[in-house]
Amino acid sequence: MHRLTLAQIARGLAAKDFSAVELSEALLARIGQFDPQLNSFITVTADQARAQAQAADARRAAGENGALLGAPIAHKDLFCTQGVRTSCASKILDNFVSPYDATVVEKLAAAGCVSLGKLNMDEFAMGSANESSHYGPVRNPWNTECVPGGSSGGSAAAVAARLIPAATGSDTGGSIRQPAALTNLTGIKPTYGRVSRWGMIAYASSLDQGGPLARTAEDCALLLGAMAGFDPKDSTCVDQPVDDYLAALNRPLNGLRIGLPREYFGAGLDPRLSDAVMACVEVLKKLGATVREIGLPNMQHAIPAYYVIAPAEASSNLSRFDGVRFGYRCESPVNLEDLYKRSRGEGFGAEVKRRIMVGTYALSAGYYDAYYLKAQKIRRLIRSDFIGAFQEVDVILGPTTPNPAWKLGEKSSDPIAAYLEDIYTITANLAGIPGLSMPAGFVDGLPVGVQLLAPYFQEGRLLNVAHQYQQATDWHQRAPEGF
Amino acid sequence: MALERSDVEKIAHLARLGLDDAELPRTTETLNDILGLIDRMQAVDTHGIEPLAHPLEATQRLRPDEVTESNRRDAYQAIAPAVENGLYLVPKVIE
Amino acid sequence: MQWETVIGLEIHAQLATRSKIFSGSATTFGAEPNTQASLIDLGMPGTLPVLNEEAVRMAVKFGLAIEAEIGHTNVFARKNYFYPDLPKGYQTSQMDKPIVGKGFLDITLEDGTVKRIGITRAHLEEDAGKSLHEDFHGMSGIDLNRAGTPLLEIVSEPDIRSAKEAVAYVKAIHALVRYLGICDGNMAEGSLRCDCNVSVRPKGQEAFGTRAEIKNVNSFRFIERAINHEVQRQIELIEDGGKVVQETRLYDPNKDETRSMRSKEEANDYRYFPCPDLLPVVIEPGFLDEVRAGLPELPGEKRARFEREHGLSAYDANVLSASRELADYFEQVQQVCGDAKLAANWVMGELSSLLNKDNLEIDRSPVSAAQLGGMILRIKDNTISGKIAKMVFEALAAGEGASADAVIEAKGLKQVTDSGAIEAVLDEVLAANAAQVEQYRASDEAKRAKMFGFFVGQAMKASKGKANPGQVNELLKKKLEG
Repeated sequence: MHRLTLAQIARGLAAKDFSAVELSEALLARIGQFDPQLNSFITVTADQARAQAQAADARRAAGENGALLGAPIAHKDLFCTQGVRTSCASKILDNFVSPYDATVVEKLAAAGCVSLGKLNMDEFAMGSANESSHYGPVRNPWNTECVPGGSSGGSAAAVAARLIPAATGSDTGGSIRQPAALTNLTGIKPTYGRVSRWGMIAYASSLDQGGPLARTAEDCALLLGAMAGFDPKDSTCVDQPVDDYLAALNRPLNGLRIGLPREYFGAGLDPRLSDAVMACVEVLKKLGATVREIGLPNMQHAIPAYYVIAPAEASSNLSRFDGVRFGYRCESPVNLEDLYKRSRGEGFGAEVKRRIMVGTYALSAGYYDAYYLKAQKIRRLIRSDFIGAFQEVDVILGPTTPNPAWKLGEKSSDPIAAYLEDIYTITANLAGIPGLSMPAGFVDGLPVGVQLLAPYFQEGRLLNVAHQYQQATDWHQRAPEGF
Repeated sequence: MALERSDVEKIAHLARLGLDDAELPRTTETLNDILGLIDRMQAVDTHGIEPLAHPLEATQRLRPDEVTESNRRDAYQAIAPAVENGLYLVPKVIE
Repeated sequence: MQWETVIGLEIHAQLATRSKIFSGSATTFGAEPNTQASLIDLGMPGTLPVLNEEAVRMAVKFGLAIEAEIGHTNVFARKNYFYPDLPKGYQTSQMDKPIVGKGFLDITLEDGTVKRIGITRAHLEEDAGKSLHEDFHGMSGIDLNRAGTPLLEIVSEPDIRSAKEAVAYVKAIHALVRYLGICDGNMAEGSLRCDCNVSVRPKGQEAFGTRAEIKNVNSFRFIERAINHEVQRQIELIEDGGKVVQETRLYDPNKDETRSMRSKEEANDYRYFPCPDLLPVVIEPGFLDEVRAGLPELPGEKRARFEREHGLSAYDANVLSASRELADYFEQVQQVCGDAKLAANWVMGELSSLLNKDNLEIDRSPVSAAQLGGMILRIKDNTISGKIAKMVFEALAAGEGASADAVIEAKGLKQVTDSGAIEAVLDEVLAANAAQVEQYRASDEAKRAKMFGFFVGQAMKASKGKANPGQVNELLKKKLEG
């Protein structure tokens, strides 16, 4: 049962091949059996899952038949879940039992999803290896010596190991797409504003966007359709109807114009990965797509700009963790300053502190123009590059990451090396456009991904291309040995 | 322009982050590496470019002036580190 | 050395919205601690702000009233600092693009001259909570009910030159925000708070002296005293060879002194940047027109109209337009009695002293506008004299009758206008004072004029004040000439 995709589960539940309760029990058992090797869950909510599964079965018996009714999933542990610890993988929120649900959590529950628990991640979503979690690193099911990517590393590992068919994630600089690529999954970061951020604990507000990770584009379409939509509680959420992503999947790719940015194929890209990308292009050509080279000249400035904007916003977003109203408070503070400094100093991990410091510095008096304002100007240049490119092509294609998964600990002492791993993904966050990563082959037995980018609100187009590609290839069906 | 240890201490104070003295040299070094990466921006000509704060450049929606919240103090304070008589307790605030 | 005082004021006016600026919590004053603090107000992880339309409308109302430019695109910024009453670790405020730009307010000084005070800007922001310093085992208690209440921070130019001018300006702002219905103006509850930037410079010097900021002064009286004290302190300091330090000070009304707030002295670096959770607020021309159309008559307009329509003096018009409630009261009295001058005299005279004596606001006046107007009608139609009217007024104030007519009837205060009856009284008076009558008739014009008052007095006394004074005069003259 654990090999089923969401779409297959929907059919199985509809045909009464199995019940939601049976399915959840089977997966809970798998989590108990396999997760100790992966550490993908921070919290397993078995009781709640059983109750939700029973409710889903009851709704189905009463005549409901939604595609996600009874579908098991799990949430990245930055989505607030009422009555359940929501830790952001940080010591500072280790004791935080959220008093409310995130909109995404609410919407998926309303659609009938059964949540099996909360997934590990980089602390406050800051990282691309899932090594900065307070609850320990997550391992890649394709090679447990390797990282699963981050920051949605728990989501990726759990889905890749068939512990759950799909999961929620969030993507600020590639945190859905990069782990999806490193674990042979499909993951989509929607257009900024497409999915509500209410209840999704913020890293960098103008870049953060929630989205699904699953094994197929079809499953992503199913889940995103239920996650997306207007939310009056989020000022940055867009009031625009959600496309029918499932209906978009089956459009033929005839005449699809694909752009390959020359900047994506330069130094730093593993040539074997480059080959995988070109092989993917060949498949898409056969499906009717045309390909041309394009330029995104400001891409090279994206990393510096991102590492100003994201830490700046984070430094302010994370000020609320002060040991006063919730979360970790240091032992016996002697005065107010001591309360703040020790609660935060002891509660946050090294990478989070580093980014808070960088952001604080970038916003401080005398440096604002040179850093923050400059980065925002570069942000406009990067966005203009995309707007220009999309005059000529329908989607942009390239590698999701420069390298396949690396060994645990390999880059953890060198933050700069880890930051450079984000090179292909962060431009989509800066520009706010949707991006998708899909499985495109293997290098040394480790999966690699291809990234597709599209104009604003063209998630349907991305899912369509990925689905058509997945009809013609079987990379996405490969499962890691031992799981 | 590299950060000195004293700059790092000042930043940590602004951000109210307690750092061990032992951490400081390493932290200073790492921050300087990161700033080195960031400083590559300075080479970009951004003359005449407007800063971009939000990708969609949408405008703020306004909410009708209605009271929609009720008192949930007990639930909210159940997760607080220290409360008394409905107040959050902190070490003495001196004005 | 002659010193000149330079004052600029920052007034924080709590906007009278039902809900908070970024959340749906109530803004009612005086609730149990933290019962009006929602997820957003508490800065819970994952929560997001959505701007209250009414707060924007109120800010725009104010902007239009001071003839300021209203920003087309308004940006909210985060002001970052740590304080326990600031749940998110930043205050959402406005920096570069405030909603209200440069405007002005004319204030009337005690001598009747009008002075224009420039307003640099006014911007929207959220209020902080409160720290309660009662001893909780050596701890402070934090109440976040106030956190997120909308504030309009009104920043004046350094155009103010004395504590008295400062008070006149704050009173004018107070009147204006109440006219506009955007703030209840209750200073005791902190609805209107004032930070005073005070400096001194030798008279004639162009450059400003170093200023000190006195935080959170919360009554008209304290504003005057705090500024006067601070001016004195600065002058003495400089004259003793010292230097004024730029700092934040706190006024202690009990000791009548200002003292330095050392805890806030450290160099603050607020790291302002545009709030990424809020988008730019665009004020469309249609919205401006709608707000403009709904503006009430403003104090200045009302003052001018009172002079023009009711023929009041500039002084009277100024006093009567000082608050919307007083002006409304006056106009109601005027409508009932049809005599603006008498209405003004009574409202500014007897009614004001009555309210002052009992420390009452006009809306709690024991004498209603209808009652006062009705009473003035009886003065005008000669039912009572001005003197009797004071008795009637006192009776109304004491609740001794529902209307002037009822009081007059019950107490038998109706004026005697029957000439026969008056002549009878006069005959009695003249008979009783025959010697004086003789003397009068023998005197010259000047002496007669003096003595005439004596007879009037006797006649009024004999009639218990009820005889119509005009008729008494007229008939008495005839009889004495007789």
